[in-house]
Amino acid sequence: MASAAEAHEPGDVILSLKGVKAHFPVKAGVLRRTVAQVKAVDGVDLDIYRGEVLGLVGESGCGKTTLGKTILQLVRATAGEITYVGAEASADLTKLSDKELYAYRKRLQIVFQDPHSSLNPAFTIFGSLEDPLTKYGVKTREERRKIIGDLLEAVNMRREYMDRYPHEFSGGQRQRIGIARALSVNPELIVCDEAVSALDVSIRAQVLELLMRLKRERNLTYVFITHDLSVTEFICDRVAVMYLGKIVELCRSEDLFERKLHPYTQALLSAIPVADLDRKSNRVVLEGDVPSPVNPPSGCPFHPRCRFRQDICKSTVPTLKRYSIDGRDDHYAACHLIDAQEAAA
Amino acid sequence: MALADIPRRRNRFDRRFDRIRELEEAGRLKHPTGSRLLRKFISNRLAVVGLVVFSVIILASIFAPLLTPWDPTKINLRAMLQPPSWEHWLGTDKTGRDVFARVLYGGRISILVGLGSAVVSAIIGVIVGCYAGYVGGWFDAICMRISEIIMAFPELILVLMLVSILGQSLSNIMIIFIVGGWCGIYRLARASMLSLREEEYVQALRSFGLSVPLICFKHILPNALGPIMVNITLSTAAFILAEAGLSFLGLGVPMNIATWGNILNVAQDLGVLQNNWWIWLPVGTTISLFVLSVNFIGDGLRDATDPTQQG
Ligand code: SF4
Repeated sequence: MASAAEAHEPGDVILSLKGVKAHFPVKAGVLRRTVAQVKAVDGVDLDIYRGEVLGLVGESGCGKTTLGKTILQLVRATAGEITYVGAEASADLTKLSDKELYAYRKRLQIVFQDPHSSLNPAFTIFGSLEDPLTKYGVKTREERRKIIGDLLEAVNMRREYMDRYPHEFSGGQRQRIGIARALSVNPELIVCDEAVSALDVSIRAQVLELLMRLKRERNLTYVFITHDLSVTEFICDRVAVMYLGKIVELCRSEDLFERKLHPYTQALLSAIPVADLDRKSNRVVLEGDVPSPVNPPSGCPFHPRCRFRQDICKSTVPTLKRYSIDGRDDHYAACHLIDAQEAAA
Repeated sequence: MALADIPRRRNRFDRRFDRIRELEEAGRLKHPTGSRLLRKFISNRLAVVGLVVFSVIILASIFAPLLTPWDPTKINLRAMLQPPSWEHWLGTDKTGRDVFARVLYGGRISILVGLGSAVVSAIIGVIVGCYAGYVGGWFDAICMRISEIIMAFPELILVLMLVSILGQSLSNIMIIFIVGGWCGIYRLARASMLSLREEEYVQALRSFGLSVPLICFKHILPNALGPIMVNITLSTAAFILAEAGLSFLGLGVPMNIATWGNILNVAQDLGVLQNNWWIWLPVGTTISLFVLSVNFIGDGLRDATDPTQQG
């Protein structure tokens, strides 16, 4: 995308993650003692810029969804800082109590994956969307009806639909209602958690276009979680590749395909079927499964499956370092191999 | 042959559909208004029949003094064991009390015990269960242990034990039923909460920072209501039967108060059972009818509260 380059000139950070971890205890036995930790998110550093679309990709189980929920504090981070930088106020969300978080809830919203469970079947659309509005100060019913009607129109639906029940809608329509719900409190950042993955290809394009239009109209920032790399290419400015709770590569989305550095990214990319015959396809097959996040491998988490592993990979955890390629220095990767190559060069 | 030509018996749903289609063609079909729950309930015939029987029995009990001139406790030794007649519609029992009056007045107590205990234990069970299931943690753990302890006792033993501790009285019977009865609904509510709280709409509500009781009781509870309704009706029926059973054993409501169970108590006597059908048959039928109607209502409510069913 041509506009992508200007869109994220570094500057305005909206959300800054430092060493964020989300570990879940595994309990066992009669006394429910903690016997292990599931390290779903294990030390993530990331700056999200205002107005960008940041893709978060990886195989299922890599912690991308948990990271998305941690950003919203739906899952409490067990360590690290998540700093929201706003025009009026900035705060480390992990330090806030549930009460104090309320002030930030309306700035960060989420759109979910499953259009069937994302709307409450017992309520009409109006009934589902009404309470958040009431909570954020829209007191009269008429006003709420007007706002919800406007929101439905903003996502290309008829305002009368607000009196219908979720089972009367198709998957694509429900997903658009889910987007309308996220928009209802005028957020600045929306986490789209596999927001289009469950949809048919034709509907998916419509919803993606809708998301992009809303982003332009409302100055939104998206964190776009997906396992589908073709979607990333279509809408993201930058992409972060996750593996076992860590970010292994972070770069502009156009660089992801042409200048990828990390062996895992290479493997991941070679797994997508390519229709473009010009693109050389040297398939790298990923062997084995993602190791369990309960006890991730020592050193580089990818080393049991990596083609380039060296001795150092088993003992030392590679850190996310910045590399400059073709004169730009906004490419990050965490791999000893690239380090060694840099040193040699 | 086209599908429409295949002969098939037309049922009332076909007729209803035709009517809807006619309205639609005439352009007069409005989006239905009013309570969706009520509409769905009314379209269920068995449930409506159940509701009618249920209301008739309850109203007859409430307005008992208008329906019979007799006092259910008045002993009349000159009119013992009389068969049904114009004077005593359902005859009299061993001490000459009018059986019809006793069935009517007994209904008041029996229904109070059954419905009252079921509703109170359901309220306790639902509130505790929803909250515990949604928030989890130590509160949930404690409630779970308590309910396990209560449910580990055989029901009858528990009742006998509590009767001997608390003594025999109407309110004690209800307390005993509630203590033993909330666990079932608590577990049911908790289990549905555990699965429902993972639904994405709940996560969405949480992301707005809505309060726990609002999410829990207003937004999630309606989706768990179906099985809970059925459970309330089932336990109403069970409590009425339990009251009858306990009274039959002489452990329920004190014998001087007329209840359906106390009336049945006399049928322990084989002679009464063989020769004086009017003492036990009408009350037995009433109990069965009432329990049946309550169960029909439960079924109707379950279907009506199931949001995925059309209506
Ligand atoms: S650090 Fe080593 S094991 Fe990990 S990706 Fe790089 S080369 Fe492979």
